[in-house]
Amino acid sequence: MTKSELIARLAAANPHLYHRDVERIVTTVFEEITAALARRDRVELRGFGAFSVKERGARQGRNPRTGESVDVTSKYVPYFKTGKQLRERLNVPE
Amino acid sequence: MAGNTITRARLSEAVYQEVGLSRNESADLVEALLEQIADALANDEIVKISSFGTFSVRRKGERVGRNPKTGEEVPILPRRVLVFRPSQVLKGRINQADGFDRTD
Repeated sequence: MTKSELIARLAAANPHLYHRDVERIVTTVFEEITAALARRDRVELRGFGAFSVKERGARQGRNPRTGESVDVTSKYVPYFKTGKQLRERLNVPE
Repeated sequence: MAGNTITRARLSEAVYQEVGLSRNESADLVEALLEQIADALANDEIVKISSFGTFSVRRKGERVGRNPKTGEEVPILPRRVLVFRPSQVLKGRINQADGFDRTD
């Protein structure tokens, strides 16, 4: 499912809304999560999961082509932990 | 960087401000959006949100685990785990926060 399919499914389930509004809803939600993570805030969606930002420390890397060692500065990476309810849902016996 | 925690309430508020639906309906739609994603994943679909990231479900085989307290061997049953891969755009946004571009 892509973002446009997600919009299409949400629109189909909510026929009283304009397609363009459903599009804005989806964009707004992901933009809000992105903005929170950019502030290094945590986004906790009970039952679904939680997004957070983890720091990766500086390290000594190596240029794979030349074998030369380079300094890699620390950086932040987004991390998602699946919520309990969703985790259980993925594992219900069919 | 002990930041704040954002919840559904904040997302609903953003939808309310941005789209102009009622607060109630905004909250319902945030919930419906999460539900659509969960449904797709439960159906083994890959969910790919451009410029945000990709959610996919990985099947893990059975393996032998150990109770760390007793040392007893216990089988860990096969299960499905959710994996989130952030997009380059999302990684870039997060590393721009302090004014440095560290996307590489």
